[in-house]
Amino acid sequence: MTKMNMIAALNSALRCQLEKDPNIVIFGEDIGYFGGVFRVTDGLQKDFGAHRVFDAPLAEGGIAAIAMGMSLNGLRPVAEIQFADYIFPAYDQIVNEIAKIRHRSGGEFSAPLTIRTPAGGGIKGGHHHSQSPESQFTHTPGLKVVYCSNPYNAKGLLTSAIESNDPVIFFEPKRCYRGPFYGDPHDVPTWNDHPDGEVPDEYYSIPLEQARIVRQGEACTVIAWGTMVHVSEQAIKNSGVDCELIDLQTLLPWDRDTVVNSIKKTGRCVIVHEAPKTSGFGAEMSASIQERCFYHLESPILRVTGWDTPFPHTTEWDYMPSPERIAEAIKKTQEE
Amino acid sequence: MTDRKTLITSPYTLGAPPSRPGETTDFGGKWKEQPEDLGRPDPATCSSQDTASHASGLIRVLNDKGEAKGEWNPKLKSETLIEGLEYMMRLRIFDDRMIKMQRTGKLSFYMRSLGEEAVAIAQTMALQEQDWIFPSYRQPGAQFVRGRSMVSMICHCIGNTEDNVKGRQMPVHYTWKEGRFISISSPVGTQFSQAVGVAMASAYKGDDEVCISWLGDGTSAQGDYHYALNFASTFKPPVILNVVNNQWAISTHRNLATGGRTFAERGLAYDIPSFRVDGNDFLALYSVTKWARDRAGAGLGPTHIEVYTYRTGPHSSSDDPSVYRPADEFASWPGGDPIERLKEHLINKGDWDEEKDAALEKKIDAEVMTAYKEACKFGDLASGPYPPASTIFTEVYETVPWHIQEQREELGK
Repeated sequence: MTKMNMIAALNSALRCQLEKDPNIVIFGEDIGYFGGVFRVTDGLQKDFGAHRVFDAPLAEGGIAAIAMGMSLNGLRPVAEIQFADYIFPAYDQIVNEIAKIRHRSGGEFSAPLTIRTPAGGGIKGGHHHSQSPESQFTHTPGLKVVYCSNPYNAKGLLTSAIESNDPVIFFEPKRCYRGPFYGDPHDVPTWNDHPDGEVPDEYYSIPLEQARIVRQGEACTVIAWGTMVHVSEQAIKNSGVDCELIDLQTLLPWDRDTVVNSIKKTGRCVIVHEAPKTSGFGAEMSASIQERCFYHLESPILRVTGWDTPFPHTTEWDYMPSPERIAEAIKKTQEE
Repeated sequence: MTDRKTLITSPYTLGAPPSRPGETTDFGGKWKEQPEDLGRPDPATCSSQDTASHASGLIRVLNDKGEAKGEWNPKLKSETLIEGLEYMMRLRIFDDRMIKMQRTGKLSFYMRSLGEEAVAIAQTMALQEQDWIFPSYRQPGAQFVRGRSMVSMICHCIGNTEDNVKGRQMPVHYTWKEGRFISISSPVGTQFSQAVGVAMASAYKGDDEVCISWLGDGTSAQGDYHYALNFASTFKPPVILNVVNNQWAISTHRNLATGGRTFAERGLAYDIPSFRVDGNDFLALYSVTKWARDRAGAGLGPTHIEVYTYRTGPHSSSDDPSVYRPADEFASWPGGDPIERLKEHLINKGDWDEEKDAALEKKIDAEVMTAYKEACKFGDLASGPYPPASTIFTEVYETVPWHIQEQREELGK
């Protein structure tokens, strides 16, 4: 075990994969010699060679296409899109090509590739360095969508994503790269004092499609992913309500059993995400939950989300779900 | 405010075709370019600048008399030429049969390669069997060269129980891994940049493989075209990138895909050797592609080719070009018909005659009919049987996840 922040843990996952499988190649903008704008690929080019870890031209659509072509011809590429906000030039390649090739080729071809991308707000990034576009991909059959939240699951989930024979969009909550975030921008803890900052140096994996129960509770189920896991943890403390906190980890396909079992126990549910409310993944979950848990629900399912507006710059703390807003929703579920 | 002073009368230039229905297009009669005009640079030492005149000119081998001339003459054996002629005739007869099926409701849709038969066939024949083919929708002919059975192709077009893509795709969207023929995709141009990735993987693994891809003049307006050229330019993988300039993308004339110069010349700006070749000249196409294959196979990187041709037929079975272009425009295309030109050449050489030609046509016609009847045994469009409805739910992922399994159970099939 080594103390690692999320950047080091992701780096360690990539390192283990490069050692294990000669068909792994890693590329993206600034990720080679420089080691990535967030340092996730730091040192990998030096240790594994410039043909395996290399810089790509600034063309997200080209990066996704190259990854697909490589994966069709036996490689297992891991591409980085520098910010999730910049993924849209690659959207056609991801949605029409990468996601569909297995099905549309009758299973003759497949695209076992991973696209890593830092997502979410909290770094004063304005609307083009802060978005969390997971629901743009959960609506696409053929993709798996993963959202890590801490160093331990970042490494384990990225390992499984790379080893998956299906294409995976892997979101990394950039606000949590260097430490958990509890909703107070003036409090900047590191992963040093967090149990999930303990990461094995050696290979391990965490299965996809499985949620993680962060905290057990009886009175309300709170579901979150990415940075919102930690903000929700703080909100639960503040609320004084005995909540069960679920870190969804994989959004497509999501772990409905864990969620449903929890809500059957608690009878109440709050879903938290950074992305806008309308057509956010919380809407899908909420609909599925009421289909399964209608007679167990004691109060309406509530969603605490980003607003249906572009992500702001200086006012981002009023945009992102705060511990206060989440705690208020938790308390509201207890009223009825 | 002051008035804008301008030398032109319209606010902006509108790319337009040379003529519309009822008018006559003047393509200038015969090609002014001749087979002897352009030399054949050494693929081992050629730089992109060495191809500047090839990119603005036109590489030909067959002259107006049907003789093979100039440095680009690949000097193929007669049996190879006859093989090429047979593949092209097979493709045309196959297409004719399929369009008849479509007209009588036996196929939902079809796209012919009419007038462009030489493109996929000559170019695939110039490759090696381990090379990857990443086609657009007017290169199904490559499959004939690689030996795919017509029954299998027709079953796909019908979407019956023997369709290898299980009724999931429209007709002509062939996939055939055994022949290294990667799935045709409707969003135009996506294959071009993917092909560069396929070639990079071959280079990474050290395999002697080249990847060839095609897109149309219209599609060259897409970002994917430029992604492909830029990645090919920077990483120099073994890839052959072809723009099939057949003048028309449905009703969009090539003048809307570029503001001027040739399509081939765009490759020079990416420092990629670039050639413009008569796309109805089997020998020239073969020769230029072989040049690109030799260069790519030697590890010297990509080649960009403009295949200069004319889309003789409609875009697809859903299109009627007589409403946007002169119905007989193809008749004045200087490149003529690729099959007739190769046939003329073979007859000139004394290797072919009308009798052999008629016999071959009859033989192919019978084979196509037999294949068609055989394919229909596995289901036709009107009455099926089709692939089972369960194929909707399979191969979306490697294994069927719970939510898709539930939906399959909901359908109850």
